Amino acid sequence: MINQQYYKRGYIIGGAVVLIALVFVCRLFYLQVIDSSTKDKADGNALVRQTIYPSRGLIYDRNDSLIVFNQPVYDVMVIVREMRKGFDTLSFCNAMQLTRKDFEKRMQEICDRGHNRGYSPYVPQVFWSMLSKEEVAAVQEQLYHFAGVSVRKRTLRDYVYPSAAHIVGSVGEVNRQDLERDGYYTIGDYSGRDGIERQYEELLRGKKGVEVLMRDSKGRIQGSYHNGERDYPPQSGTDLQLTIDIRLQQMAEDLLQGKMGSAVAIEPKTGEVLAMVSVPSWDPHSLVGRQRSKNYSALLSDPHKPLMNRAVQAQYPPGSTFKPVQALIGLQTGAITPATLFPCSGPLSTPIKCTHNHGSPVSLEAAIEQSCNPYFWWVYRTILDQNGTKTATFHRTYDRWRDYVVSFGFAGRFDSDISNQATGSIPRAKTFSRIYGESGWRPMTIRSLSIGQGEILVTPLQLANEAACIANGGYYMTPHLVRPLPSMPAGSRHETDIDKKHFEVVQRGMARVMTNGTGRHYSIPELQMCGKTGTAENPHGKDHAIFIGFAPQDDPKIAVAVVVENAGFGATWACPVATMMMEKYLTDSVSRPDLYDRIRSAHFIQSDVQ
Amino acid sequence: MISSSSVNSRNSVWKGLDWVTVLVYIVLALFGWINIYGACFTYEQSSMFSFDNPAGKQFVWIMSALVVGMIVLLIDERIYDIFGYWLYAAIIVVLLVTPVIATGTKGSLSWIAFGSVKLQPAEFAKFVTAIAVAKYMSRYGYSVRSWRDLVVPFCLIGLPMVIIMILQKETGSALVFAAFILVFYTQGMNRKVMRYGLLAIIAVVCILKLQIIPDKWIDSVFQPHQRARIEVALGIREDPMGYGYNVAQSLIAIGSGRFVGKGFHQGTQTQLEFVPEQHTDFIFCTVGEEWGFVGSFFVVALYVFLILRIIYIAQRQRDVFSQVYAYSVACILFFHFGINIGMVLGLVPVIGIPLPFFSYGGSSFLSFSLMLFILLRMDGSRINKMR
Repeated sequence: MINQQYYKRGYIIGGAVVLIALVFVCRLFYLQVIDSSTKDKADGNALVRQTIYPSRGLIYDRNDSLIVFNQPVYDVMVIVREMRKGFDTLSFCNAMQLTRKDFEKRMQEICDRGHNRGYSPYVPQVFWSMLSKEEVAAVQEQLYHFAGVSVRKRTLRDYVYPSAAHIVGSVGEVNRQDLERDGYYTIGDYSGRDGIERQYEELLRGKKGVEVLMRDSKGRIQGSYHNGERDYPPQSGTDLQLTIDIRLQQMAEDLLQGKMGSAVAIEPKTGEVLAMVSVPSWDPHSLVGRQRSKNYSALLSDPHKPLMNRAVQAQYPPGSTFKPVQALIGLQTGAITPATLFPCSGPLSTPIKCTHNHGSPVSLEAAIEQSCNPYFWWVYRTILDQNGTKTATFHRTYDRWRDYVVSFGFAGRFDSDISNQATGSIPRAKTFSRIYGESGWRPMTIRSLSIGQGEILVTPLQLANEAACIANGGYYMTPHLVRPLPSMPAGSRHETDIDKKHFEVVQRGMARVMTNGTGRHYSIPELQMCGKTGTAENPHGKDHAIFIGFAPQDDPKIAVAVVVENAGFGATWACPVATMMMEKYLTDSVSRPDLYDRIRSAHFIQSDVQ
Repeated sequence: MISSSSVNSRNSVWKGLDWVTVLVYIVLALFGWINIYGACFTYEQSSMFSFDNPAGKQFVWIMSALVVGMIVLLIDERIYDIFGYWLYAAIIVVLLVTPVIATGTKGSLSWIAFGSVKLQPAEFAKFVTAIAVAKYMSRYGYSVRSWRDLVVPFCLIGLPMVIIMILQKETGSALVFAAFILVFYTQGMNRKVMRYGLLAIIAVVCILKLQIIPDKWIDSVFQPHQRARIEVALGIREDPMGYGYNVAQSLIAIGSGRFVGKGFHQGTQTQLEFVPEQHTDFIFCTVGEEWGFVGSFFVVALYVFLILRIIYIAQRQRDVFSQVYAYSVACILFFHFGINIGMVLGLVPVIGIPLPFFSYGGSSFLSFSLMLFILLRMDGSRINKMR
C-alpha cells in the first residue's frame, strides 16, 4: 500500500525544517549577540528619566533673619487624551474662571507641536502655570471631577521683605546661552538671573535627582524601574548667609524712597557689606511667578532705570568726598605736613573758588572741616610739581599720584561676589596726552581733579570703600556680600600706598566735619562720627548730594557712602541719611523721627528724564 | 475479529504511545504558559492561575486539552477513516455559518461564542481537512502523479481556504492550507508541479513588488493592512511606526534580551506593551527578551525536534491514511513555526498565525492538541496494521 519509493522525501522535508531553523538561529545570534543597538532602543522606549528638583538654598542676613525662601506653586496639568470623552468644558471654565475662548486658545497652544515640542496626548501638559496655594485651594476640589486634569507642585522663590532686590537678584527660566554653556540645565529649568542668585547659582541650585520610571507603549507611567535601583535623590542647595543687615537695608531703602541714588555701608575690618541700596528699586515679589515677564519689561522700560544697581553701576565724580584722599597723598608724598597752611580768598580764589565761609590761611584739619577748595588745589599742585615741571617728570608724577588713588580701590573692580561692578575711571597721563598733546596739559589743565571733579568717576561702593580705608587707617578688605563658606577663599586685605601714620590727622579732620563743619547739623556726637560731604557737579541737572563717613572714630564699626542724585548739597541730603544709618546700625534706634520723616518724604526724581 | 483487534489496540495504545512527542508537547505548552504570564504581567499582581489574566485562562485550556487528548487516545482511530468526509462536511458548514453569527472581536468574522468561551473554527478546519485529504489519498489505486487525481484533494484544500479568506477575512489562517503542497510532495507528486508552484509564488511576489496589477484586484484578495505588511516585508514600503511598527518593536524586544535574557518578568518591551499581540502571535518576543538567545535557541530546537520526530513517525506508518495525516501534521506545524518565528524575526511579512502549543488562545491550543493526539493514537496502534 505504501509507496516506499518516496520514503526519502521525508528527509528532504526534514532538511528544509533544519535549514529554516538554522536561518532563525543565525538571525537570533545576530540580533541578540552581535547587534548591540537594540538594548538602548528598548531602554529609550520604556524608561523615562523624571527629574526631581532640589529645593533651592535659602538666604539669610548677617543676623540669621530669613530673607529668601521657597514657596510652593501649583500647575494645572491636563492629559489631552483623557479629556476627549465627554469633557465638561463649560463647568471646567467656570471652575477655572476662564472664558471658553481662553480655554480653546490654550488647548490649541498645548496641542501645537510647533510651540510645544514633546507634546504627547498621553503625557500631562501644563494648562495653567504657577497658581498660588490660595488659588489652587479654591479650584482643586472641583478639578477632581474632570478626567485628565491634575495639579502639580513646584517651588518658586519667595521673600520675607520687599527689599534688597538688587542684592538678591531674581530667578528666571534659563535661556539658550545657559543651556549651551552648562549641561546641567534643560529647557524650562530655573536659574539665578542676577545678583546673589546668579553669583552663587551653582551652590544655591543643589543637584537634581532622577527617578527612573517605566512607561508603556502609550506613555502611561507604570511605576519605578528596578525598585528605584537607578534613582538618586536630589541634593538641596546650600544655604547662604549674607553680610547684609536686613534691618539697616530696609531702613536705608525706606529713607531713599522717591529719590534716585544709593547707599552702601561696609564693616571696615572685614569688608562685609552691611547694606547696599539702589533706588529706585522694586519689590522682589513682583519678579516671581506668572507676572514675572510683564513686570520685568515694565522695569526695563522705566526711564529711571530701576534695574540698574546704582551702588555699583552708577559712576559719579566724587566731589569733595575725594579731598581726604588728596590730603593723604599730599602727606605721603611730603607735599604737605599736617601743619602746612594755604591761603583762601573765598569766592575770589583762583583758579578754584571756595564756596565756604572760613578764615585764612587754613591748616589741613580745618581745610577738611570746611571743605576748602583752594587748599586742596594747592595740595594737588604741590604734589604734581614737587619732582619738577618738565613734561616727562610731570607725567611720571601724575601717574604716581594716580597709583596712590587707585590703591584705595578706585578705577577698578573688587574681586568679589558683587556682580555688575562698573570700574569708575581716572585717566592715565597718556590719556591726557592723547587729548591735549604730549606737553599740552599742565596741573592747571586738570585742576578739577584736585577737588574730585572733572575726569574722575567713582561708584558709591568705591566711595564706601574709601571711607573704610580711612577708618582702618590704611587698608581695606575686599567688599563682599556673602559670609564665606568653608569652601570659599576668605576676602583678602589690600594695603593702600599711604603709611598708617598719616591717617590720624585726616580722621581728625573728618571728625571735625561732624562737629564744626559741613556735617555738624546732623551728627550724633556720642557716636564719634567722622565724615565728609560732597556736592558733585552734574552736567545733566541739579548737583548730586554725596556723603562718606564712618563711626565710631576710635574703633570704626561701619563705613558709609550715600549718593542722592539731583538733590543739591551733600550736607543737606546725603549726610542725614548716612548718620541715621550709622545710628541704626550702632544703636539699633532712630533718635530723630522728625528728620527721618523729612528725608523720607523728599522727592528728587526728575520727571523730564529721558 | 474486529472487536478483538480493537481490544488489542486499546491495550497497546499506551505501550505504543510515542512518549517523546508527548514530552516535547508538554514542555512547549508549559513554557508557553510561563511566557504568556510573562507577557501579560501587570503591576496589579495576579496569579498564573487566576482568570484575571490570559495565563490563567491558558492553564485551563492546557488542562482541557490534556483531558480531550486522553479521550482521543482511547477512541479507535478508524472512526477518522470512516467518518472523514462527514467531519469535513460538518466543518465546512460551520465555517460558512461562522461569519453570519460571528461575535466580531476586533471586527473579525471568524469567532463563534459559546457562552464565555470563544472558538475559531478555522483552527479546527486544518486537521479535519488533513483527515479528508488523507482519506481520499488512501483510496485504492490513487496516484498523486496523475493530474486527474489531484483535482479532488485540491478542492478539499481550496474550499476551506477560500471560505476562510473571502468570507472570514482571515488570510493568515487560509495561507496555512498551502502547507499541503509539501504533503503531496512526500507522496511522490511530480517535481514539475512543485516547480510550477514555486514559480507561481515568485510571480505573485514580483507582481506585488512591481505593482503591475491594478490595486483593485489586489485589494479584492488582501486586506489593506495585509497588503501593507507584505509590502513592508518586501521592502516596497518604509513605515517604521505604521505596519512595520510591530516588527520594529519585536526586533528591539528580542535584541535587547542579549545572550541570557533579562529574566522572568524583567522585559521592559514585553511588560510595557510595546509589542502588540504580545501574548498571541508575538509570544516569541517574550522568549527572546526575557530568556535571551539561550531561551530562543531552546524553543527553536524543541520545534525542530518535534517536527523531525513527526516526520519520523510519518515514515514508520504502515498505511497511506496514517502517513498522509502524519505528514500533514508535520507540514502544518512546519508552516506555523516558519511563518510565525520568521515574522517575529522580521524575515517574512506579518501574517497573524499563532505559534503551535505556545501562543495564547484556546482554539489554537485545543485544535493543535487534537491534531497531535489523533496522530499519536494512529501511531500507537500501527503495529495492528498489515504492511
